[in-house]
Amino acid sequence: MPHTSSSSSAAAPGRRLARLAKWLVSGPPVLYLIVFFAAPAAIMVLASFRTPGEFGGLAPLTDDAGKIDLNTDSYLRFLTEPVFLHVFVKSAWYATLTTLICLLLAYPVATLIAKSAKKHRDLLLLLVILPFWSNFLIRVYAWMIILGPNAALAKFVNGALALVGLEPVPLLFSAFAVLTCLVYVHLPFMVLPLYANLEKHDQALLDAAQDLGANAWQRFWRITFPLSLPGVYAGAALVFIPALGIFAIPDILGGPDDTLIGNLIKQQFLETRDWPFGSVLSIVLTVAALALAGAAAWIARRRGGEALA
Amino acid sequence: MALLEIQGVTRRFGDFAAVDSVTLSVEAGEFFTLLGPSGCGKTTLLRMIAGFDTPDAGRILLNGKDLADDPPELRPVRTVFQSYALFPHMSVEGNVAFPLRMAGVPAGERPARIAAALEDVRLIGFGKRYPHELSGGQKQRVAIARALVTHPTMLLLDEPLAALDAQLREELQIELINLQKEVGIAFVYVTHDQTEALALSHRIAVMNHGHVEQLDEPSKIYGFPRTRFVADFIGHCNLLSGPVAAVDGDVVTLDVAGLGPVRVAARTAVGAGANGTIALRPEKTSIAARAPAPMPDNHFRGKVADMLYMGDVTVYRVETPGGTRIEALLANSHSGRARFFDVGDAVEISWQVDAAHFIEQ
Repeated sequence: MPHTSSSSSAAAPGRRLARLAKWLVSGPPVLYLIVFFAAPAAIMVLASFRTPGEFGGLAPLTDDAGKIDLNTDSYLRFLTEPVFLHVFVKSAWYATLTTLICLLLAYPVATLIAKSAKKHRDLLLLLVILPFWSNFLIRVYAWMIILGPNAALAKFVNGALALVGLEPVPLLFSAFAVLTCLVYVHLPFMVLPLYANLEKHDQALLDAAQDLGANAWQRFWRITFPLSLPGVYAGAALVFIPALGIFAIPDILGGPDDTLIGNLIKQQFLETRDWPFGSVLSIVLTVAALALAGAAAWIARRRGGEALA
Repeated sequence: MALLEIQGVTRRFGDFAAVDSVTLSVEAGEFFTLLGPSGCGKTTLLRMIAGFDTPDAGRILLNGKDLADDPPELRPVRTVFQSYALFPHMSVEGNVAFPLRMAGVPAGERPARIAAALEDVRLIGFGKRYPHELSGGQKQRVAIARALVTHPTMLLLDEPLAALDAQLREELQIELINLQKEVGIAFVYVTHDQTEALALSHRIAVMNHGHVEQLDEPSKIYGFPRTRFVADFIGHCNLLSGPVAAVDGDVVTLDVAGLGPVRVAARTAVGAGANGTIALRPEKTSIAARAPAPMPDNHFRGKVADMLYMGDVTVYRVETPGGTRIEALLANSHSGRARFFDVGDAVEISWQVDAAHFIEQ
């Protein structure tokens, strides 16, 4: 400390002021998280152990005899009726496919932006996030038009199928439509973290790899890709987790078989009005997402710690 | 036939010729240095040998084979980059194994070769470490081990010691000399540090503005610079210019403004009237209260204008009545007498005809 002993008495109020400032800065967001995240989550956990009300909602917490009514019926129902687990697995499968397709599409785009001249990068990034400027539902409904039976795409595809003697297929209200839109909506969330990672790569490493005998594919697979893994994990988490819980896209573009866990949860709360079971589904989804995010962060830290220290 | 032949190689960036019709050759087993200030084209030339840049004109031959169509990964040369460029996600072993994998060396043979390469650079026991756990000097050694493990025909080094501190640099210079002797691979070394070039090289090409100004052994470069630039760039040098007044056999007399006639030995034939420069090293200039008894060929009186005490030596700048400044260097080898003269002292500087060197320019 550069100060002499005379400043030690002045340090105490200074430190108190610093502590106050820290609370003033961190207090509101912490409070916000408690009120709007922790408390609802706690309510949800509590609700999951309660009995559904006769006309929806929740039955009273205490029965006529004054005994507190908490049970695990809804959890047992999730575990014993295979249809729910099936929907859950199907949602995970859709989310996995979405993540993989996004990764395959985003990697070249992110590479292109990272390698382009500095003055063009901002414009290219702007184009990537441009879709966010229009409403999510509008963008989803737009796909109804694009994939609709009278649209050029469906006519072209079915025309081609007819040429080889196959039955026409509907593009809309199908797994194809749901996946296409899932990928479309989540693609920017994969491009941005990948770009942020790739942009930092040192060209000298690729030169060195080439100098040491690596061809273009080997340079990508042995150097660029492993070094981009933190970006891949971040992008995968940003795509997979929201894709897992989505309900609007299967609602609008999916067929009867495309009910996902998000739709199920929505149904439980709005249509069936079985709040405890809806809560159970939500909790299972949240726990699964948290576990995956945690695993991704852990892997990224382990591998990234070695790679990017 | 030389190992590497560079024939009339030119590389232009727009109107600017970074490398301008350079011709030189490097022999097998040679420690060859490209020396010059930044922007002189030495790194561009090195990158063209490695294959990262393409000449606009001229040819580069390795073992008599034109390299023009070979991308870097197919050339039997390896580069040690200034930033080391170690792969951060691979251990030391992984880094050194990389070129072996790329060359298709079977996994069974790799450990022995990695161990041998790490032994060459005195890094035994460091195989499991990651680059971020190494010091600058250790990283440099890994980069060299990685480049040498496949026994390339030639090693290209781009300012490999520039990022290290002075003491470590000196230590690694000695190691580089020994390593090069041991492995017998030709080194082409790029540096802007003239002492490094003089210490390491068998031969040096001094480059300036894309040209090779002089290509010679270190002692010749230092002792007999062919151009003003070389004399000035390598070490300290007094440069005294003027028209040639008289030629007497191999001794030339120059009429230097502010100094008068100065005699110097010339190794080439010179005609009277041409302009010339005398390159005089400070350590070959004697400085005394009065000139020594058999009068040297050149002697001038002056006053000490500046002095720099450097520990082992003291540098004096002596100003003659005509206003010319000449640097002289005096070793402080007499115990107890660190300084011989003070600023303002009248002194006599002198040197023999053959102590200086004549440059036609």
